[in-house]
Amino acid sequence: MTGTAGHEELPVAARVRRLEERVIAAGLATDDELDEVLAGLFADASPVNGARIVARAWTDPAFRERLLADGNAAAAELGFAVSGYRLRVVANTTQSHNLLVCTLCSCYPVSLLGPSPSWYKSFAYRARAVREPRAVLSEFGVRLPEGVEISVWDASAETRYLVLPNRPAGTEGLAEDELARHVTRNGLIGTATV
Amino acid sequence: MRFTPGAKVRARVLDPDHHIRLPRYVRGQVGEVIEAEGEGPLPDDRARGLMPPRVETVYAVRFRAAELWGTGTHSVTVDLWESYLEEVP
Repeated sequence: MTGTAGHEELPVAARVRRLEERVIAAGLATDDELDEVLAGLFADASPVNGARIVARAWTDPAFRERLLADGNAAAAELGFAVSGYRLRVVANTTQSHNLLVCTLCSCYPVSLLGPSPSWYKSFAYRARAVREPRAVLSEFGVRLPEGVEISVWDASAETRYLVLPNRPAGTEGLAEDELARHVTRNGLIGTATV
Repeated sequence: MRFTPGAKVRARVLDPDHHIRLPRYVRGQVGEVIEAEGEGPLPDDRARGLMPPRVETVYAVRFRAAELWGTGTHSVTVDLWESYLEEVP
């Protein structure tokens, strides 16, 4: 399995291995088929993709409009075929901040964000993000001004979310590819400001 | 589509033996419909292998933290299938 460095020792990894063994023993899939599915899932998955979308939205207001209206169609414009779910992009403003979580499991748009970080799958993050997001954010080093309203999005159905961060001050002269390098995976989840 | 944006809805208190995608922390709580997100097969049916699964409208429903937890100023938006919701009279 690719893209899971550091996860092998987690209890969930043992559970997944046991589940894989049972699936294979029951004849539902072969080891090779499972590997193929996982390889396909992670092949081109990277937060660089989400960062490219953000940088385009920062530099092209019309694209930003289309992105917020229909995430799948806008992502396709940049060559990202996001299928199997509805992509909804939520934009931060000076007055509002968005934070993503999946309290029931760990859903998020893998192809645009890369494999999810282990903390995103942790019980602690999933329980606390919906209950005390301001405290969670401060532990990530994000201290929002008092008046900024926090919107938490719990991906409980077939919609996957992506945060469009605010463009950092002082980046006015930068080209799109330079801007993209400022965008982090945490920024796309909402646990960083960019 | 039964609910329109702005409608107040209550998440039902459901606790079936089978799979359900209704997070426990919103059960019984009142929220506001933000948008209808389109239709999707009901996970309760899919998880049980019921063919064909019921297909329902999914709504983004926004709950206020103060309602959910008795404290906090943030909101939590959850995607919920129509049969998980009931009208608030």
